[in-house]
Amino acid sequence: MEKVLMSGNEAIARGAYESGVKVASAYPGTPSTEILENVARYEEIYAQWSCNEKVALEVGIGASIAGGRTLVAMKHVGVNVAADPLMTLAYTGVNGGLVLVSADDPGMHSSQNEQDNRRYAKFAKIPLLEPGDSQEAKDFVKRALEISEEFDIPVMLRTTTRVAHSLTPVSLEEPGEVLLKEYIKEPQKYVMIPAYARVRHKLLEEKMSRIKDFNDNNPLNYIQWGDKEIGIVASGISYQYVKEALPEVSSLKLGMPYPFPENLVREFAAGVQKLFVVEELEPFMEEEIRALGLEVTGKEIFSATGEINAEMIRERIGNKTESAPVKLEDYSGEEIPPRPPVMCPGCPHRGVFHTLKKLKLIVTGDIGCYTLGCLPPLEAMDSCICMGASIGAALGMEKANPELKGKIVAVIGDSTFFHSGITGTLDIAYNLGSSTVIILDNRTTAMTGHQDHPGTGKTLKKEESKAADLHRIVNSLGIERVTEADPLNLKEVKEVIAREIESPQSSVIIFQKPCALLEKKDKPLVVDEEECSYCKRCLDIGCPGIMNDWEAEKVQINPDLCSGCSLCQQLCNAGAIRKAGDNLE
Amino acid sequence: MSRDINVLLVGVGGQGTILASRIIAYVVQANDLSVKLSETHGMAQRGGSVVTHLRAGEEICSPLIDEGQADIILSFEQLEAWRWLPYLKKGGMVVVNSQVIYPVPVILGYQKYPENILEKLKKNIPRTFAVDALALAREAGNERTVNVVLLGVLAKNLEFDQSFWLQALESILPARVLEPNKKAFLLGYQES
Repeated sequence: MEKVLMSGNEAIARGAYESGVKVASAYPGTPSTEILENVARYEEIYAQWSCNEKVALEVGIGASIAGGRTLVAMKHVGVNVAADPLMTLAYTGVNGGLVLVSADDPGMHSSQNEQDNRRYAKFAKIPLLEPGDSQEAKDFVKRALEISEEFDIPVMLRTTTRVAHSLTPVSLEEPGEVLLKEYIKEPQKYVMIPAYARVRHKLLEEKMSRIKDFNDNNPLNYIQWGDKEIGIVASGISYQYVKEALPEVSSLKLGMPYPFPENLVREFAAGVQKLFVVEELEPFMEEEIRALGLEVTGKEIFSATGEINAEMIRERIGNKTESAPVKLEDYSGEEIPPRPPVMCPGCPHRGVFHTLKKLKLIVTGDIGCYTLGCLPPLEAMDSCICMGASIGAALGMEKANPELKGKIVAVIGDSTFFHSGITGTLDIAYNLGSSTVIILDNRTTAMTGHQDHPGTGKTLKKEESKAADLHRIVNSLGIERVTEADPLNLKEVKEVIAREIESPQSSVIIFQKPCALLEKKDKPLVVDEEECSYCKRCLDIGCPGIMNDWEAEKVQINPDLCSGCSLCQQLCNAGAIRKAGDNLE
Repeated sequence: MSRDINVLLVGVGGQGTILASRIIAYVVQANDLSVKLSETHGMAQRGGSVVTHLRAGEEICSPLIDEGQADIILSFEQLEAWRWLPYLKKGGMVVVNSQVIYPVPVILGYQKYPENILEKLKKNIPRTFAVDALALAREAGNERTVNVVLLGVLAKNLEFDQSFWLQALESILPARVLEPNKKAFLLGYQES
């Protein structure tokens, strides 16, 4: 059988294809984004970016009720947004199978928190599958859909960054034919008024009890007997680390950790002298094991924060090591300058944050590339909580402390505005706020790798669509003061922000300029060494294309990086920065 | 298990570490070894420090290389080789592009770029191969072939036949950039 190297995300997409998924929806978010990008390549599947995760799941619910197999994908914090439909979807159940992929991010490689979404499966009372590599990622999509249909329940497939973004070999299969199920009107199943919901809740409890029995004999969960002195329970990527570190010990792999297969776990525990559980983040399985009255070691030796690796398991359970580090001389990690992510050269967000800092404003921030505006030297952000939070937070600040009135701006990106900024803006208008909302409209979902959104006028399948008009949306929310301005013109940026912040009415500024990575670079700028007075004003914008040569007391522009955006030129009092090739006036 | 190979590819977001790792993976697979790769996506890609783990062998479970366990560090930039050096195991090899890319704290003058990294690397790691991959890439006719120059250096030091590498380039790269990449590969191969 042909084996192909695939990321976990590609494999999930392949799994959707092989198991006859009809509809797939998502909002982009690391580490889940590539799932839908790959699903979109299969002509057989209707795939779409939704405005946010809640809508994505609701589209999925509709598709399932209509009888199609459905896949909905999101990052872990996206499930918070989709939690409202999820909790009730567990009651209604499905028609076509529905799998919800939650891509968690232990270690927060690209997230604002590291919540453990296995808890959501338990909270919502739905089965949870956890693949540990790409083969399982593909196979588990199929199993999840089958379990979903067999038990009439949505199923969560939870991955983590190391599963989503690791490439491992996958055996491909051809898709079997899966027909659309018949749509039947069943209000008692799908209309969740209290009278019907009470019945459905009881049914859900019964279902979960049956699924628990099923899971005790589920081939996705299996024991591998080895040395019986040590027995380790693990799932997902942690199981791979266990097999890498201690292949000789006994292990219980849980491909479906919820509902917890109690009898299987009891059998395993009875067969080993000392029981361990290896899991990242929360003591999810550990609590289940303890609830059975069994003794187990877990979070005593593995932290509830960050990731686990094979070496930790070797050391903490196996009392051995495989690490044979080089003895380094003259080496101090502290002297190594960090290399944090930065706004790209030419980024249209840079000048806005530079101005916000100069104006000493309070900036409630949001989720996107522009969150980097919190870092030195821009340092123009006071808060960043979740998608859309910038706007409500700005209103709350001015309501709590009237002295802050006229000093607060909310900053949000275009994709984030469509995701969850519209309701916050409506709230400002309705509640007579005076805060200024800045929409940094770079015409794409940049941070996750340039996905389309309602404002771009293109769908995931690259069809031409109707582009949502930010200006008109904001107007219709009740905000009359809307200004559009060029974020690469510092004078204009400053004037507009200073004017709008003074206004007693609420206002919105739209700074529109496409992401620098999507634009052709302009001619690079150069510094005239003769003219440069080394005032370092140009360094205030933190552009990676401008180099401070502090020994020579000069600044230089790296022509390979410079996009020619001219922000530094606008800041230079000495007139020492100009386009390469232009003559000095 | 004796044939296990752990390669850590490190560099700066946007340098092409991911493509290079795919080419190595192709060669390894063509030699009937199993392979796992783990990559950096998302926020860190914006000019940040990026790392790809590549593990090959008869049976690989974890996709990650832990500290003190890399056989090879393939670095696209000096400072990144130095940063990730604790991952190398005793007797391991470093292939490093001598190119310097300043991180923002250095650009802004907050911190110094460490001096004499290549000398210090050579002092600590006898098997250090430093190469001016950017110059060789230019010689090959395309600056963006830096990653393939480095693969050439690596290839010379691995057991796999050269033909597998050329085959990998042919099957992975688009035809229009194949020639400069082949040239870049051979320049790197000869350099080592």
